[in-house]
Amino acid sequence: MTLTEDPPTATTDAPYVAPGQPGSIVEVRPRYDNFIGGTWVAPVKGQYMTNVSPVTGQVFCEVARSTAEDVDLALDAAHAAREAWGETSLTERAAVLNAVADAIDANREMLAVAETWENGKPVRETLAADIPLAADHFRYFAGATRSLEGRTTEIDRDTVAYHFHEPLGVVGQIIPFNFPLLMAAWKIAPALAAGNCTVVKPASPTPWSILKLAEVIGDLVPPGVLNIVTGPGGEIGKALATSPRIAKIGFTGETTTGRLIMQYAAENLIPSTVELGGKSPNIFFADVMDEDDEFLDKAIEGLVLYAFNKGEVCTCPSRALIHESIYDRFMERCLDRIARIRQGNPLDPATMIGPQVSTQQIEKIASYVDIGLQEGAECLIGGSRAHMEGDLEGGYYFEPTVLKGHNEMRVFQEEIFGPVLAVTTFTDEADALRIANDTLYGLGAGVWTRNGNVAYRMGRAIQAGRVWTNCYHLYPAGAAFGGYKISGVGRENHQMMLEHYSQTKNLLVSYSTAPLGFF
Amino acid sequence: MDAATVPAGDPPAGPTTEPATGPPAAPPTDRVGAEPGVVASPEALEAIADLVGRRGPVLFFQSGGCCDGSLPICFEDGEFVIGGHDVLLGRVGGCPYYIDHRQYAVWKHTQLILGVGEGDPEGFSLPAGPGRHFVITSRVLGADPDRG
Repeated sequence: MTLTEDPPTATTDAPYVAPGQPGSIVEVRPRYDNFIGGTWVAPVKGQYMTNVSPVTGQVFCEVARSTAEDVDLALDAAHAAREAWGETSLTERAAVLNAVADAIDANREMLAVAETWENGKPVRETLAADIPLAADHFRYFAGATRSLEGRTTEIDRDTVAYHFHEPLGVVGQIIPFNFPLLMAAWKIAPALAAGNCTVVKPASPTPWSILKLAEVIGDLVPPGVLNIVTGPGGEIGKALATSPRIAKIGFTGETTTGRLIMQYAAENLIPSTVELGGKSPNIFFADVMDEDDEFLDKAIEGLVLYAFNKGEVCTCPSRALIHESIYDRFMERCLDRIARIRQGNPLDPATMIGPQVSTQQIEKIASYVDIGLQEGAECLIGGSRAHMEGDLEGGYYFEPTVLKGHNEMRVFQEEIFGPVLAVTTFTDEADALRIANDTLYGLGAGVWTRNGNVAYRMGRAIQAGRVWTNCYHLYPAGAAFGGYKISGVGRENHQMMLEHYSQTKNLLVSYSTAPLGFF
Repeated sequence: MDAATVPAGDPPAGPTTEPATGPPAAPPTDRVGAEPGVVASPEALEAIADLVGRRGPVLFFQSGGCCDGSLPICFEDGEFVIGGHDVLLGRVGGCPYYIDHRQYAVWKHTQLILGVGEGDPEGFSLPAGPGRHFVITSRVLGADPDRG
């Protein structure tokens, strides 16, 4: 997930001080309101909900428990800003997005620590990936929107069809909990770049870090262009998605809510983009072990990347398919690497895996390990909740786990959203492809081989929207991301997003003075 | 297995063999033994009775995929449109429990046990009482029922 040769790292070897504590670089207010119309607005009904850090399991602030009335206020603000923002020149719009990116970079360490405290992901990841990628995303769309050209068609000598991209207006965007800031950037940047105003609902378990982002960038974006409303999904997510005052709804989450979102969109006849998860195969051909070299080392890390962001990634490489001839030797190396994963306080730059985001997630992960064992899977490592000492005792930690079995087991078919790898073997290329595609999902996949022909054939034949080839978990702006099969509808992360957040205006112009002659 | 079909020799469950004209009316008949596809703990039954008493009929849909996936999602009846290809897994506390037919094809050798956990629901589900949410655990059919 690195961006550069030398990804930015921590400026300290010691653990960061927990946000809100003396000496921390992150200030925490006791209570946060909604960000609406460029200012902080208390929820209409005056209700707040507690926000817990998964690092300790302790409440550290309150955020607005909003209702439909608050969504309406945000939509009022967005509609008030819509016309002016839509008419803002590309020069100015891009300048705003670049200023946002610069502000994120300038506050990288603060935002990284806040994101870690909010979600539990290790600070080494937020420093090197989440926050720099979020900034880069705004920069990418600042450039992309300026380079997007409308098309002109000469219908005949005197008739010209002009095609302009026009903003949709006001859009609704629902953000998942696994990358609270990066997924927000993925959605907000293209919407704003295309000239839309947005109302954003962060995920219920992670409402706070995006409010810290609003503190950083709130003054840089014209009032009403970006609005953030926190609260329960069933209440304000529904109020937003069903509102006749949005022109599009973007959602990342699970399949049932994805269906619900599309159903709501159908009621209002508006488009939707839904990204709904996966069960990504990560395929290791025998030739990865032809040499004991840097590439083999990279491939081993490629398998262990299932533990990246504690497995809470919709593209988690959660099914490893390993050629039977190398299985024992390769897994021995991988298990050794997994055994050396440092689990603990994610604010410590040396920590590689932190806590899951919530108790619900950890319950679910445990129930999957249980069903896997019932189905006859063999637990190669981990398998239990990890118990921590001291302040971390109440946090939601789960051991990096590997289950060996076969592809018909539910642990091979369902997204566990935790650090649980299901591993199996294949006999040849056709078998690898069959297993890879034997899934409901089609979001990501990984192929590891020294043979370019095999890599190309597999990459084209795997039914997934993204096939990482000799790499995994890279998310650069400019590479389209989205699902085949039931993994979703639409793409993110690419200039084509601007089309998804625009509508086409065709001017059909006659430069002839001659009448048609019909009447 | 192609995502759009169920495996050869494995006919679609129950009413999904009929043309899709509306929600299925009966649970599938291709299950291991005669065990129900879903059962509920006493706590879950109590929460359902309370929900139904306060808000009227509810239904459950088994989710999959990202984030809150693989959790049961509880809706007020009518909130979520059930399609003709969804499978009625069973009833809990008198309320229907549905699953996507493709997901059913890979889950049907197991039984779901609906329970209640601490904490508000994270997604669009109705809560199982204040500060609580519905959860599932699973049991492989034919396996020791004391497990799971």
